[in-house]
Amino acid sequence: MKKNRFLQNKTFVVFSILALLIILAAIFAPVVTGGVDPLKGSLVDALLPPSKEHIFGTDKMGRDIFTRVIYGARASLTATFGVVALIFLVGTVTGVISGYFGGIVDAVIMRIADMMLAFPGLVLALAVAGIMGASIKNAIIAIVVVSWTKYARLARSLVLKIRDRDYVSAAIVTGSKTPYMLLRYMLPNALPTLIITAATDVGSMMLELAAMSFLGFGAKPPAPEWGYMLNEGRACMQSAPWLMIFPGLAIFIVVVVFNMLGDSIRDILDPKSE
Amino acid sequence: MSKKQIAKRLLQIIIVLLGISFITFALTFMSPGDPVRNMYTATGVMPSEEMIQETREEMGLNDPFLQQYTRWLGNCLKGDFGKSYSLNRPVTELLAERLWPTLKLTLMSMVMMLILSVPLGMLSALYKDKWIDYLVRGITFLGCAMPNFWVGLLLILAFCVYIHAFPVISSAGDFKSLFLPALTLAIAMSSKYTRQVRTAVLDELSQDYVIGAEARGVKRSKIIWQNVFPNSLLPLITMFGLSIGSLLGGTSVVEVIFSYPGLGNLAVSAITSSDYNLIQGYVLWLALIYMVINLIVDASYVYIDPRMRLKE
Amino acid sequence: MLELKDVTISYKNVPTVQHFNMSMKQGQIISLVGESGSGKTTVIRAILGLLPGGGKVTAGQITLEGEDLLAYNSEKWRKLRGTDISMIFQDSGAMMNPTKKIGSVFTEYILTHEKISKKEAWNKGIMMLERMRLPAADNIMNSYPFQLSGGMRQRVGIAMGMTYQPKLLLADEPTSALDVTTQAQIVRQMMQLRDDYNTSIIVVTHNLGVAAYMSDYIIVMKKGIIEDQGTRAYILKESQNEYTRKLLDAVPSLGGERYV
Repeated sequence: MKKNRFLQNKTFVVFSILALLIILAAIFAPVVTGGVDPLKGSLVDALLPPSKEHIFGTDKMGRDIFTRVIYGARASLTATFGVVALIFLVGTVTGVISGYFGGIVDAVIMRIADMMLAFPGLVLALAVAGIMGASIKNAIIAIVVVSWTKYARLARSLVLKIRDRDYVSAAIVTGSKTPYMLLRYMLPNALPTLIITAATDVGSMMLELAAMSFLGFGAKPPAPEWGYMLNEGRACMQSAPWLMIFPGLAIFIVVVVFNMLGDSIRDILDPKSE
Repeated sequence: MSKKQIAKRLLQIIIVLLGISFITFALTFMSPGDPVRNMYTATGVMPSEEMIQETREEMGLNDPFLQQYTRWLGNCLKGDFGKSYSLNRPVTELLAERLWPTLKLTLMSMVMMLILSVPLGMLSALYKDKWIDYLVRGITFLGCAMPNFWVGLLLILAFCVYIHAFPVISSAGDFKSLFLPALTLAIAMSSKYTRQVRTAVLDELSQDYVIGAEARGVKRSKIIWQNVFPNSLLPLITMFGLSIGSLLGGTSVVEVIFSYPGLGNLAVSAITSSDYNLIQGYVLWLALIYMVINLIVDASYVYIDPRMRLKE
Repeated sequence: MLELKDVTISYKNVPTVQHFNMSMKQGQIISLVGESGSGKTTVIRAILGLLPGGGKVTAGQITLEGEDLLAYNSEKWRKLRGTDISMIFQDSGAMMNPTKKIGSVFTEYILTHEKISKKEAWNKGIMMLERMRLPAADNIMNSYPFQLSGGMRQRVGIAMGMTYQPKLLLADEPTSALDVTTQAQIVRQMMQLRDDYNTSIIVVTHNLGVAAYMSDYIIVMKKGIIEDQGTRAYILKESQNEYTRKLLDAVPSLGGERYV
């Protein structure tokens, strides 16, 4: 039944295939690009416009942009999935704990969450990344630090909704252990909504990471990463616009695909929302 | 909002500010960079180990964490956020100087965003499931997927490089240099906002009073413009407040692209040069502004919506 | 005066009301009785030309004093609403913009149908409230709908509906949201309207007790079709229809006059 529901949704099928293609392209980047090295280029080939040989052109070090865009998918995708998975994990765990135990634990966690909410995310993320030093790892940590609260709140409210139901109280009274309660009742109840949220968040997380890299607080050169490539492309925008067009296009397309995929997952798991 | 609620919110703001000050201070304390070295490097001096130790002692950097924190906090309360190492000027002065340009940019982009998103959202809602609705929804969907720095770069490419309509580097002064950065921000935001306007209007259109007014023979145009439209703006006010806040913080990227001399640009350069005093000051200031704006919005909401005002 | 001939109403080509016939004289009170989903509300919404999203009269005729209503364009129909035909709802307060004062809703309505000044419209509203014996009309005009009690809101709704002395008043579950005493008040007031202004009234209700108390003629509907109909006496005493009997059994204490 469940499998059918996914396969019947045409949007889901189409965009999961596209997403899969993007992921495969990232994994098999060497094959896709025909073995061109994304880090090496000869200065003779610097800033060549798109041609048959270099379909996206080359950058100022003579590196092939197409190759770098494909390899860049690796950095962007792993970082994005890492962020989403971490936020999901941290947020869900804290939220479920907060909702289930209540009391002081709940108060402390929720006050911290309030504090994060009362604050523009990117500012804090920048500050965190900046203070800890620029690297993809720190950019990921920074975004997780400011974004987990959304999931924590959600998980908490979902847990609260069922904690006081009769069958749950009955299970507690009959002596079910806490870890069992959490895994058997609380988590399964909260998961679908959280998965929907995570699925629809992939795109925006990717954009935030790209913004961090663009500002120089993410990936370090010479590693190919879309946000940073845009940053490099900015310098020679007048003479070589292809430097900024293709990485931007890559981000745009990937975000569109994952947003569509996320929306279709939401429609499938939660038909009410439309 | 009653006086009691406002007092509660003010208290909350103070607590949050304390928390944020603690976090940022702790982060800098733990950070790998050495502010003393940074300070010397910024002035171009190659310091000896002795000089560094001496300065550390002088600045109290060898004191225990809590002592440093309380001293710093005490100074902040007096309005003294210390000195920026990289720019060699008081942090408060720098922030005050950059606040106005960023505020101007924010307000301008808000106005543009409203001009774009309110009519589009209304159209989309009024012609739900007609071609125009699909078009608007399609555009906003794509708009949500565009990185705003890329939009900014494309705009520069189009308007500055090819058409030469605007200067590439904007100074804060005139309208021309404000236009493109504001437009960049507005494009990114109006995609989200248009959808919210659409939802708000659809919500309002499905209210019973719309049928009631129709049953009384009131003209459709009157129902929409004098009832549905003003009412659907109510929930948007909250979102508006929130977006002013996040805009103040979210201008960094655009300010960097357009070399706009605002707070965001200042923050980015502070971060790049590990100018901790400046970073801390910036974060605290923005938190304060953001929360005060939200408080004002929430409070004003109560005066605008009679249901909130007259509720027991 | 009002005639419905073999009317069929469909949503998205699925008929929800079929072969509905009704003939009404001036000053008559007719009740449409049935459970929710029986199509009774759909019928009166069709008379008002206000079928919600996608609803359409696909066959039959609706005539008001010989005029074919289905031939009306939307503008003509709009002018009819609130003047010749008025409607009151289960909760008339909810049918007013919650962010506007009642006075503002009232004047908006009056100014829709008359070219007079705002002040005159306001006074007319006050006059109507007073005529319906509502106390402190000024206060009511300056209140928001949610500030009044349910019964009060309903009386305001009736006052609005009677502004232009409509030939036909449509009432959609007018007493269902009220407590028993207020129900009785509203029912009596509506019957008084018929006596005072000779207004025809169609009451839609799931409560056969209310219908029996106030109407001359009762139509029982089930699943979009007329199941049973007749004068009050017939429905109450003679009808052998199983469904009607079942509905009657559901009405508490139908022995004396306490129908309401």
